[in-house]
Amino acid sequence: MKIHDVRRGAFAAALFLGLAFGLALPGAMSAARAEEIEVKIDNFTFAPQKLTVKAGTTVTWINEDDIPHTVVSTGHFRSKPLDTGDKFTFTFTTPGSFVYFCSLHPHMQASITVEATTGSLE
Amino acid sequence: MSAHDEDTADGVSRRKVLECMTWAGTGVLWTVAGGIPTSLGIMGEAAAQTSGMTFLQISDSHVGFDKPANPNALGTLEEAINKVKALPARPAFMIHTGDITHLSKEKEFDDAQKIISQAGLDVHYVPGEHDIIDDERGRLYRDRYGKNTKGAGWYSFDSNGVHFIGLVNVVDLKGGGLGTLGDEQLAWLENDLKGKSASAPIVVFAHIPLWVVYETWGWGTDDGAKALALLKRFGSVTVLNGHIHQVMQKVEGNVTFHTARSTAFPQPAPGSAPSPGPLKVPDDKLRGLLGIASVTFKPGSERLAIVDQPLQG
Repeated sequence: MKIHDVRRGAFAAALFLGLAFGLALPGAMSAARAEEIEVKIDNFTFAPQKLTVKAGTTVTWINEDDIPHTVVSTGHFRSKPLDTGDKFTFTFTTPGSFVYFCSLHPHMQASITVEATTGSLE
Repeated sequence: MSAHDEDTADGVSRRKVLECMTWAGTGVLWTVAGGIPTSLGIMGEAAAQTSGMTFLQISDSHVGFDKPANPNALGTLEEAINKVKALPARPAFMIHTGDITHLSKEKEFDDAQKIISQAGLDVHYVPGEHDIIDDERGRLYRDRYGKNTKGAGWYSFDSNGVHFIGLVNVVDLKGGGLGTLGDEQLAWLENDLKGKSASAPIVVFAHIPLWVVYETWGWGTDDGAKALALLKRFGSVTVLNGHIHQVMQKVEGNVTFHTARSTAFPQPAPGSAPSPGPLKVPDDKLRGLLGIASVTFKPGSERLAIVDQPLQG
């Protein structure tokens, strides 16, 4: 399997980096993919509502409403209540589809799709 | 007292009662008259009907809220409590239909308690979603108000021949859903009502409206209909809610639904704004949109009288 091979390559590279810098393996992998994306919460809406990111991407939610919100993906992550201007950050390390919502206003829903990295480590 | 809005009342006799309801603020004065809680139009009017038992509803104090829609929510709560203290007829007790605090902080609970206790009345609480967002998801609320309650804080009690039921529909909400009571609470409710005479007047109170006011904004309870089905056989059911920071009412069969104003900030009418966020109005208009409600129960008559009273106007 091609993907498998690529992943194994990434694994070896990460392992090498991890050893080289004396870091734990997961730390080395996320450091190598330090993409950052912001999701705004405004007017009881997550924007963008649908997002596709690469594994290792860090997403930061910022609440711009005058009312607190939360960011909850059942079984995956759960923010504290975010008052106006507060932020919540989560790094997506595993590929998959993550539906999330605000536990205070559950009609507020959005999703993030996390794609596997191609394996190239810059 | 300002505008009357009784367009949702469909029964003639109910309409008469509901005519008294005004869209006032901080609390609703409820009168239980012979079985059906009726909110009285004006606080003064309620006082004139001294033969019934009156209790008071306050809601959505949001202590800790300090945004432009009302930089001093604690101050307006105090104004509301001062209104309660000034009532000519002393209410038997108060109910608070949730969102006591804005962020479930210990200090917010303390501040609210300090002000609300000045009324010198027993207060029966149910939590709003803003009261259970501490780290332990409701621990602070339950420590304070959860004694003698079940589950997340539901309970019932009797007063002056009326059966009162406090429900919790703000816990474990699911993505895409509305308020939720849950099977455990519904089973408890069924049991609680067992053996009660169908002529016993029932008052149900919970934070989020039990009926669907506006689904797009999540203003409703997913399994509210299941609770209402259990209440169907009763001749007089009054459902009192908060959450939407404005007065709304409807009558369906033997059930009267009513929501109270907030003491903190108004919210827009359903669909009239891009979101249900706090509504900023000119400073001199704010107190006309906040308020309390009184309810009076008069033995021998059919309904409770509800009076919504604004902080000002």
